[in-house]
Amino acid sequence: MNPFATATEIAAAVRDGRTSASAVIDACLTRIERLNPALNAFTAVTAERARARAAALDAGAKTGPLAGVPFAVKNLIDIAGLPTLAGSKINRDHPPAAADSPLVTRLEAAGAILVGALNMGEYAYDFTGENAHEGPSRNPHDLMRMSGGSSGGSGSAVGGGLVPLALGSDTNGSIRVPSSFCGLFGLKPTYGRLTRAGSFPFVSSLDHLGPLALSVADLALSYDAMQGYDRHDPGCADRPVDLVSGGLESGIGGLRIVSAGGYFRAGASPEALAALDGIAAALGVTETVTIPEAQRARSAAYIITTTEGAALHLDRLRTRPDDFDPDVRDRLIAGALVPAAALVQAQKFRRWFCQQMLRLFDRVDAILAPATPCVAPLIGQKTFVLDGKEMPLRPNIGIYTQPISFIGLPVVAVPVATASGLPIGVQVITAPWREDMALRIARHLEAGGAARTLQPDL
Amino acid sequence: MDDAALDAWIEAATAALGIAVKPEWRQAIRTHLAISLGHAETVLAAELSDHLDPAPVFRA
Repeated sequence: MNPFATATEIAAAVRDGRTSASAVIDACLTRIERLNPALNAFTAVTAERARARAAALDAGAKTGPLAGVPFAVKNLIDIAGLPTLAGSKINRDHPPAAADSPLVTRLEAAGAILVGALNMGEYAYDFTGENAHEGPSRNPHDLMRMSGGSSGGSGSAVGGGLVPLALGSDTNGSIRVPSSFCGLFGLKPTYGRLTRAGSFPFVSSLDHLGPLALSVADLALSYDAMQGYDRHDPGCADRPVDLVSGGLESGIGGLRIVSAGGYFRAGASPEALAALDGIAAALGVTETVTIPEAQRARSAAYIITTTEGAALHLDRLRTRPDDFDPDVRDRLIAGALVPAAALVQAQKFRRWFCQQMLRLFDRVDAILAPATPCVAPLIGQKTFVLDGKEMPLRPNIGIYTQPISFIGLPVVAVPVATASGLPIGVQVITAPWREDMALRIARHLEAGGAARTLQPDL
Repeated sequence: MDDAALDAWIEAATAALGIAVKPEWRQAIRTHLAISLGHAETVLAAELSDHLDPAPVFRA
């Protein structure tokens, strides 16, 4: 089977008997063994478990929307029997997780088969995919470039055709940035939609989990399988499941789609602007809107992140500072020194900004914005030029994603090919709980060819 | 805020928090603190109602 076969295609082949789950898993594990030394996407491969599950599936009814589909998870998501590293050296000392996270359990209940844990930036505080302890996960389209972070291994593994589906987390852009750099479809659902139980936190106010995949249908299938209230995550909303797969082909007729201007164009590279404008043209979008106070929303997200993150890790900063990735440690220490008044004001501003955006969604259904200001930078690069000024890279890759996750809006990142041969992403942003609409628009773009994944020759 | 003021802040606040900062970390911490305080200034400049509730546990 083509290593870039989608989850939808694999599951159909397994259900129809054209292949077996065991054959799929064997091919997947062989490809991981061959390519992971270069991509550095995986930190653990659960081969024995995967083979056992595949054999059980083959011996049974071979049903399920994700029957026989290999998947892997960012290593902040619990896998029974493994310590949940969250990209750190310190967590290697933690006891192994006693159980799988609910999202892993739900995907496996749909027939998917876990094959391992994925590399990530330490404690999810990066946009680069770099990691001082494991080495960087690498971009499958150019191994010298960043995979994006913090779900870097997720981007690298799916982009390289090692697995068709991976889970990541997104606090400020950590699903959307690697989706952009690695040329994938990524879904950051509404804040509170998918349970975060059984995952290592970063910023509880902002943390989301979600899938990265090779197709919109794969995002929808996995998202449908993972929905459902979970009282073990206080942030999880008690809402009915809203299945989206069946409505993907409904088209975009009647949808009011606009493009974000102002803040969301300032600083964008020519590639990012061309991708945004190409997607807008493919959707027939003519209106540009200004999102009010987007810069301040980004600043508020930054403050919540750095202060909550610092508070989470304060004891570790006191007792084991030398065991941190220095790039993460120094940012967290700075975050511990920010006045508390700024955090409270940021949370108040979050309420105000959400109210303004809900008003905007009274008259529009979806907003387009760049996912990243540029294509994937080189690994090790510390600065880049943003809006004519040289700026630190690590804190600023997420300038266009941060204001959106700040108020938990659902987003599908769609991949666009650029003239450089590297991909870049565009965000399709909708009102809270309207993942269905964002996915429909993404599917329309995929079906028309405006958004597409690239298959690197590895 | 100049570098000396930032360094004084770092020294006093990390001592209060019990974080032992090595000299070679100082420059990066100062850079990140300056960025964070810039964002804090932007946030604190917002004119918001006294009655606006903070939204740390957020329901969209």
